[in-house]
Amino acid sequence: MPPDSQRSRKRLQEGKIISDLLKGSTGDWEMVIGLEIHAQVSCKAKLFSGAPTTFGAEPNTQVSLVDAAMPGMLPVLNKMAVRAAVRTGLAIKAQVNKRSIFVRKNYFYPDLPFGYQISQYEEPIVGEGEIEIDLPDGTIRKIGVERLHLEQDAGKSLHDQHPTKTFIDLNRAGVPLMEIVSKPDMRSADEASAYVEKMRSILRYIKTCDGNMQEGSLRVDANVSVRYPGDELGNRCEIKNLNSIKFLKLAIEYEARRQISIIEDGGNIKQETRLFDTGRGETRTMRSKEDAHDYRYFPDPDLLPVTLEDSFIDDMKLTLPELPDERKARFVDDYGLSLYDAGVLVTERETAEYFETVATGRDAKQASNWVTSDLFGRLNKESLSISESPVSAAAFGSLLDLISDDTISGRIAKDVFEEMFTSGRDAAAIVEEKGLKQITDTGALEAIVDGVIARGTTQVEQYKSGNEKIIGWFVGQVMKESQGKANPQTVNALLREKLSG
Amino acid sequence: MSQEILSLSLSSARDALRIGDIGAVELTEAYIAAVETLRSLNAFITETPELALEMAKASEARLAANEGGAMEGIPIGMKDLFCTEDVLTTAASHILDGFLPTYESTVSANLWNAGAVMLGKTNLDEFAMGSSNMTSHYGSVENPWRTSEEDNKKYVPGGSSGGSASIVAAHGAIAATGTDTGGSIRQPAAFCGIVGMKPTYGRCSRWGVIAFASSLDQAGPLTRTVRDAAIMLGAMAGHDPKDSTSMNLPVPDYEASLSGDLKGMRIGVPKEYRIDGTPADIEALWDEGVDWLKSAGAEVVEISLPHTKYALPAYYIVAPAEASSNLARYDGVRFGLRVDGNNLQEMYENTRSAGFGEEVQRRVMIGSYVLSAGYYDAYYLKAQKVRTRIADDFRQAWDKVDAILTPTTPSAAFAQGEKMDDPIAMYLNDVLTVPASMAGLPAISVPSGLSKDNLPLGLHVIGKPFDEATVLKVGQVIENAAGFTAKPQTIAGG
Repeated sequence: MPPDSQRSRKRLQEGKIISDLLKGSTGDWEMVIGLEIHAQVSCKAKLFSGAPTTFGAEPNTQVSLVDAAMPGMLPVLNKMAVRAAVRTGLAIKAQVNKRSIFVRKNYFYPDLPFGYQISQYEEPIVGEGEIEIDLPDGTIRKIGVERLHLEQDAGKSLHDQHPTKTFIDLNRAGVPLMEIVSKPDMRSADEASAYVEKMRSILRYIKTCDGNMQEGSLRVDANVSVRYPGDELGNRCEIKNLNSIKFLKLAIEYEARRQISIIEDGGNIKQETRLFDTGRGETRTMRSKEDAHDYRYFPDPDLLPVTLEDSFIDDMKLTLPELPDERKARFVDDYGLSLYDAGVLVTERETAEYFETVATGRDAKQASNWVTSDLFGRLNKESLSISESPVSAAAFGSLLDLISDDTISGRIAKDVFEEMFTSGRDAAAIVEEKGLKQITDTGALEAIVDGVIARGTTQVEQYKSGNEKIIGWFVGQVMKESQGKANPQTVNALLREKLSG
Repeated sequence: MSQEILSLSLSSARDALRIGDIGAVELTEAYIAAVETLRSLNAFITETPELALEMAKASEARLAANEGGAMEGIPIGMKDLFCTEDVLTTAASHILDGFLPTYESTVSANLWNAGAVMLGKTNLDEFAMGSSNMTSHYGSVENPWRTSEEDNKKYVPGGSSGGSASIVAAHGAIAATGTDTGGSIRQPAAFCGIVGMKPTYGRCSRWGVIAFASSLDQAGPLTRTVRDAAIMLGAMAGHDPKDSTSMNLPVPDYEASLSGDLKGMRIGVPKEYRIDGTPADIEALWDEGVDWLKSAGAEVVEISLPHTKYALPAYYIVAPAEASSNLARYDGVRFGLRVDGNNLQEMYENTRSAGFGEEVQRRVMIGSYVLSAGYYDAYYLKAQKVRTRIADDFRQAWDKVDAILTPTTPSAAFAQGEKMDDPIAMYLNDVLTVPASMAGLPAISVPSGLSKDNLPLGLHVIGKPFDEATVLKVGQVIENAAGFTAKPQTIAGG
């Protein structure tokens, strides 16, 4: 029995995670999802030419003679792309193949100048690997990676520039891509999105792909099929070119529902390639299996096999930074964070580094709370990334220092943070200028406390007759009069002393 | 004077230019005039007399300053498969109509850097696919040789480098470049009574050479003497980082290797090359060649290359397979011919039907077929295995011998129009040259005698990988012993 069905059975027996299953009219259905991620390698030149890969340049300005497949032009492999593929392979704990070959995938299309795409087929540079995904309910799952190979991107056909003509932009033609193919290990849209998020996180940690889905640096094809739990795999449909996590989830869910209703109505699923219409929120046929190309793959005679020395692979290992999962484990161990908080903090390398700068030498849990709630909330509101944060990690740290040395209260700190965020100024200056320093001087507070007790005769009686909770009212009054600057502990102690006296 | 100057070999002309006996402009002018008188051969697709004169003047200045390169002032023909900057480059195909490259192939650039002068772009079989030069969109090339003055038949110059071979033989160029995929330098050299050398795969850069079959294509010289081939190959060869299959090895001084002494060398004669039906004159010439090598001190031994008979069929799978993919870029989208249609598919079909000739279409179809799903293993993969065996045959032979001697072709030149309706008969022209191509080995054809019909015949020397020096040395011994001085019926100044 394949591991997939073992797993489903086990899940059913244990009677949990059934939320992954989709209800149909004939019973529960299980989705089976495999993903192909096309990750643009972050390097300055194309895979087989020296042309630049700058995003957003004027059409056809990033095109060499090779990219345009001019007669007699030959590809020369970009070694930086090989490094990126090997480092990515190592980061996903995959087999790095010491020998791999480039093949030609032949088909005609105007934005494919050679008439073939140079790709890898039977002998990819990276073989099987595995990553762990973090699910919203806190569970962790392993998802297998089938392979990773290098290939060139095609150019772009612009159909909307002229009533009868198609324009071709070859800027993307030849841009290096890593195609990362998962095993069909995912069982829900949430798992699929967690997989893409984790893969993107890893790629960004090791800087082999910027993971920018809007600019097309990371695109996903989803293979979706459905079955009764434990059954053989059903026929799959491939949904091409999903360019956001949101669309990935919507497309998978729509597609699974579509397949279930066809099967439940007595139909069969035809294996085909589909597109997701983001406007209508539905998938539709792009080409059926019968129209599939015969790509006539064969080894590209213009390129030698790629052979990697052990020493090179070892060197690449040394270039890898601490990866998200390792860092998450360390955050749990070293800082006592919950798995969930640690997971949130490590997703982006910059966030994790920001947090560590803030947490070092300070209360890590407090730092984590402030970063994940206050900072993230504010950044999200402004649609800023952590690297664009107006409050630097050092500045954030000094704000927390003001809390821990009792210069300001946690309550006042929220206001100071807001001021820091909008003005970019540092915490101490704001506290100084606005006179927000906490009043810890007992003498200064005593006067306020005495005044509040003198006015609150009813509340004093209640306190004396045993209603100790009423002390909250006194604290509130004192804070109000001190404009929030009174140190709550000092106020509490003073009140208890005087009320009991 | 004109006849005299046109009769100079490359090495003699080089020496005469260096000591000032002749001028570079004078030499080039003589060749420009010769090219005009030889137009009936149809050896050039494009003549570039003005450019030639300009280059000759520059050569003259460099020679005067004692800064001449290895090919300084030598007028040559450039096979029209090499991309030449701002000069029409056609591959003899309609589909490249009007194509003016913005770049210069590495090999042609190397030659210009060495001082060579371009007379024009020579005719060839379309995309170098052919053994007769009958498939050119620009018309067939004529061999300057006939069986006699009275013979009014036209003979093929061989192919695909037929224009280059014909014009060098007819003294319309001192030398010319060729490319050899399965015999495209050596077979036309043999048919036209000149020297043709295919170096080891990886010796000359393929960058800027229009591809036919990438794993086989290799540039080389067509010259009047072996010494000329040594000089010209030295100027063409060298590592090129723009071609991933180019070898990073130093280029030896080939001319210096021409010692004429074969003492202590062992030469192999492969028994499998004695094919049924080989004409008696070719058999006799081969035997004569063996005697010449023995006289020069070599030991000649029979060897076995057991997979020889599979080389040709395997070649006609591998080469078309690669060609079918290499020629996919000629789609009417970016350059050359476009024949519009009602939709994209029609545009492709119209352009490629009109742009490619019959032989090219045949090979594209064969190539697409042998790569297609369900046939790949039986054809392409099997052919690659055969190719490995052929290379192994040669590797084992090198344990016993230093070079191999065979005839270049199974026949002398045939009349234009023959074999046109029988592709297999046409393909058999390459039967003796293809095995060395499949193994990527250096090989030379040296004019060695005349057939019973008085047409030239060549002997073929195959060498070890990157041992062009030995191939040239053995070739020169044959050249000297053969004393081949016959001249074609059509010859400039003659």
